[in-house]
Amino acid sequence: MSGIRNSPSLPPDERLRQVGRLRRFLARPETGAVAGALIIFVFFSLVAGDKGFLAQRGIRSWMEVSAQLGIIGIGATLLMIGGQFDLSVGSMIAAAGMLFLLPVVVYGWPIWLALVVVLLFAAGVGLVNGTLVNRTGLPSFIVTLAFLFILRGLTLGITRAVTGSTQVSVRAFIGTVDGVVTGADARAVLQDTFVGRLFSFEWLGMPASVWWWLGLTIVAAYLLLRTPFGNWIFAVGGNAEAARNSGVPVDFVRIVLFMGTALCASILALLQVFDLGSADVTRGTLKEFEAIIVAVIGGTLLTGGYGTVVGAVFGALIFGMTSQGIFIARWNTDWFRVFLGALLLVAVIFNTFIRKHATEAS
Amino acid sequence: MNGRPAVELRDIVKTYGRVVALNGVSMSVRNGEVMCLLGDNGAGKSTLIKVLSGVVEATSGKVLLHGREVRFDSPRDAQRHGIATVHQHLAVQPLMSVTRNFFLGREPTVGWGPLKRLDMATARRVAVEQMGNMGIDVRDADQAVGTLSGGERQCVAISRAVYFGAEVLILDEPTAALGVRQAGIVLRYVAQARAQGLAVIFITHNVHHAYPVADAFTILRRGTSYGTFQKAEVSREEVLAMMSGTEELDALEQELEEFAREDGAAAVPGASALPPEGQGRDG
Repeated sequence: MSGIRNSPSLPPDERLRQVGRLRRFLARPETGAVAGALIIFVFFSLVAGDKGFLAQRGIRSWMEVSAQLGIIGIGATLLMIGGQFDLSVGSMIAAAGMLFLLPVVVYGWPIWLALVVVLLFAAGVGLVNGTLVNRTGLPSFIVTLAFLFILRGLTLGITRAVTGSTQVSVRAFIGTVDGVVTGADARAVLQDTFVGRLFSFEWLGMPASVWWWLGLTIVAAYLLLRTPFGNWIFAVGGNAEAARNSGVPVDFVRIVLFMGTALCASILALLQVFDLGSADVTRGTLKEFEAIIVAVIGGTLLTGGYGTVVGAVFGALIFGMTSQGIFIARWNTDWFRVFLGALLLVAVIFNTFIRKHATEAS
Repeated sequence: MNGRPAVELRDIVKTYGRVVALNGVSMSVRNGEVMCLLGDNGAGKSTLIKVLSGVVEATSGKVLLHGREVRFDSPRDAQRHGIATVHQHLAVQPLMSVTRNFFLGREPTVGWGPLKRLDMATARRVAVEQMGNMGIDVRDADQAVGTLSGGERQCVAISRAVYFGAEVLILDEPTAALGVRQAGIVLRYVAQARAQGLAVIFITHNVHHAYPVADAFTILRRGTSYGTFQKAEVSREEVLAMMSGTEELDALEQELEEFAREDGAAAVPGASALPPEGQGRDG
């Protein structure tokens, strides 16, 4: 069916052509974060450039911090565009790391098996979070807040019951990892496995986390902008009822998004485990909020339905450059949180303004 | 298409716990017919839409398409059967672009398997083309639907339904929030959809909005059907009377007469009680 009546082809709107490009750029959700990241980069290059901010080690340090936040920021961004929050991300980092390393070190599980179990567990947590939100209609804020405590508590309780400690380190145990006797150089043995290399390789002077960040960003951005599923994410977050009426499988979309945040948390947990050779029940504390901050600074609306994965990359860069920049400049790092809070406020106000701009009748 | 009605309801009953929302409603709509479903608040209009669009299942009764009984297990299922519903407030996603709204839930894709991706070029072209056919000049296929006027937003939803080959178009209060000119845009498009052979169910509590395009009226009152009337059989006033019940209407008429007397005393000769046409809100 090709339309109701033949219409004369519409003449192009010249005004749009002329101002379109600039207006379009300014109205893009990630513009604020890109500009912010540039300003922060120039600023720290000026005040800390000679102290190592631009040296290879310096760049590596703020890239790694950015990458770690960026990875969980990706999951949080997609979920937030889908209209929900996941406050269990931080606890999930600790749980996934412990669930991976404890069986390997204490029970001598093969690494691949532990990896599969962790990934299944993450999918399970996402399924439970998503199903509870779908079935109860409760705000995900509350549902996942419960799991913030439940997951952290389970991790602490089980770890202490099994090991008598709150930390599991490959160094502390004389055992075997994939058949190799571990001891003082256990971390190197752990990293030298196939899975280990996947999570601890280095390339072009950058750690594995940076490349995981880049890869996950590309996958997530593609998913969001170039697949039907991405279209559904926007719709579910914008107006779930309208999305359902249009035939979007709302419940399914939410569950997948919750699985995504848990998987991102697990990937970060594995990167940390292989980097440090240990798992700790306190790891990931407050990371759930930092992931949300990254998404919001990136230009994603707290209320859902609008946002960008690419923006979250720059949100993470702002976060990483600032936290390491202050450190490299040898300033008092106590003030970092003040800056972070202020930045969050500015970002939210800016986003709200952009949204108004985007929806106002012309 | 055979000679039977495009859609037919037989003795639809829907109860929510102890509440009887619909108590045996029957109705049929033919292709190329605009059926105006009238009813006051609480008459059961919303429930009837939900049954027809697959949101809820009727407690008892039958839904027939061209004489064949069907059962919808989801809104998507109803869509597959050619039933498209345009909801009053929930028709479109204001923050999403015209293109993305147009194809929401039925995105065109290219590629294969896991690499299947959105065909945005086709989507943009079709969306602009379809909107252009309705006389709406979408300057930018990527502009947010929120930047369109109220009537244009409804038209996005209606043209989407028509484009995707809907045979039965359900419009839930499509003109309720619109000014005169904006409502006109929508009504013109409803007439075009009818000319294409669609069966249109136009739901409203305001008979004036639907009267110009309606072919027949079904009146719902307190969960039951008061009957179906062809346009030739009834006047606007009769429809109005049946809708609200005579006692209430008599009371209303008395009140109005009172107003009229007061107005008559104060009015300047020649002044119109209505604002000039075209002053409707049209963004």
